[in-house]
Amino acid sequence: MELKEIQRLEGHTDRVWSLDWNPATGHAGIPLVFASCSGDKTVRIWEQNLSSGLWACKAVLEETHTRTVRSCAWSPSGKLLATASFDATTAIWENVGGDFECVSTLEGHENEVKSVAWNAAGTLLATCSRDKSVWIWEVLPGNEFECVSVLQGHSQDVKMVKWHPTEDILFSCSYDNNLKVWADEGDSDDWQCIQTLGEPNNGHTSTVWALSFNASGDKMVSCSDDLTLKVWETENTGMQSGGGFAPWRHRCTLTGYHDRTIFSVHWSREGIIASAAADDAIRFFVDDNESQVGGPLYKLLLKKEKGHDMDVNFVQWSPGEKPLLASASDDGTIKVWELIS
Amino acid sequence: MTLGLINANPVVRAKKERIARSEDPHAVDPLDIYDILFSLFFIFLSAPSLLISLTSLCQISCGILGIPNILIPWNSSVSSPRNQSPITFTPTVQHCSMATVIGLCLRVKLKHYFPPHYKVDIKVSPGSHADEESVNKQLNDKERVAAALENPNLRQLVDECLYSNEL
Repeated sequence: MELKEIQRLEGHTDRVWSLDWNPATGHAGIPLVFASCSGDKTVRIWEQNLSSGLWACKAVLEETHTRTVRSCAWSPSGKLLATASFDATTAIWENVGGDFECVSTLEGHENEVKSVAWNAAGTLLATCSRDKSVWIWEVLPGNEFECVSVLQGHSQDVKMVKWHPTEDILFSCSYDNNLKVWADEGDSDDWQCIQTLGEPNNGHTSTVWALSFNASGDKMVSCSDDLTLKVWETENTGMQSGGGFAPWRHRCTLTGYHDRTIFSVHWSREGIIASAAADDAIRFFVDDNESQVGGPLYKLLLKKEKGHDMDVNFVQWSPGEKPLLASASDDGTIKVWELIS
Repeated sequence: MTLGLINANPVVRAKKERIARSEDPHAVDPLDIYDILFSLFFIFLSAPSLLISLTSLCQISCGILGIPNILIPWNSSVSSPRNQSPITFTPTVQHCSMATVIGLCLRVKLKHYFPPHYKVDIKVSPGSHADEESVNKQLNDKERVAAALENPNLRQLVDECLYSNEL
């Protein structure tokens, strides 16, 4: 196994916090596109040139957010981009003939918005903040967004929100060391916390920074300041016919691999878990088929030392037939990688 | 044996540092850190008005600042930085409400002097603060640090503390 650097992208003038591949690109001849966001208060759109295979910056989205842009997320159709900022707002951008226009600004959080996520159908949006709350917004016609629920439950800042890949179940992770699972149990926007995964359930012992699902949605991996990755599993995704909920349970803990805080984790459709950490390295893990009973269930496939010159804040696999990995760093650069076996 | 222990000789430590430095030209001498931070503490200690507004009943001084023997760049090939010790400071009052602001000042000050790829952990000395764990967690959460430094009020406080001319 070898990790080959395809390109190193410069442009941001401060740390790059996050990025998101546009899910509607990378197939049917559409060049791969991703958005990146930074402490320089801007968002950049990068598009692949089909002949050279390299990316170039196509647009810089600026003068909307007044502080760090912490996270960004494309809608499932790839037409809208949501950006969450320390300025307490979430902006919605629409691609109009190659130009990105800010078509809506979601206000309500008391302070820094840290993460934004669309559900699978693109009908709901979730945001979370240092104000400890998670907000669910309904997407209405005409780029209108209505807050349908404010979820209180975490006792500290909420670091990340993520929807289940197929069900309308929301997951959040926090500085309070917990993961929480939220679902709408009634017909009328009655969102409730249906499960808390914390220390008593073999959960994390420090800030949980991120989580990611496997392709089928019956497993989830989380990463933490406690220097571990944890894999969780469920019998049955979503609500069962009787109205009950199949709970998530701890499957295993990957410990001893990371030296400093793990900021990001992403599970590829092919089953490879990539992690990004404050030790500047990128690591890859896979299910260990040869694992003995009671042995570790996942093994380290590859560790890329010095993936970046500074902390690696984010990793994400691209859509398309042959997934590439993009990483974002405190060194202000983004790198696109290919994992070659 | 006993004699050697009683007379812990500072020359031994100096020798160690020199060896480490010669092996890794990028290592930072702890004396440099003392130099950098001394100016900061001088400000804390010599500007009583600032001290009161900043730290209420809390003080820090060079004597109780814990600095690891040597700081080595994270990616140093010479030595594994796995057990790199944090820089510590000791608030004189267990309930000091400004401990996180002081830690923030230390972080900003050090950032100006160190190459960007250095990784510095800042903590209160063990047992010195009632909310030790929570202060340490906050000081080493880079997202919180970044957000704090974008907050105009906090930024002003930190800048006043670091660049005050009231000496």
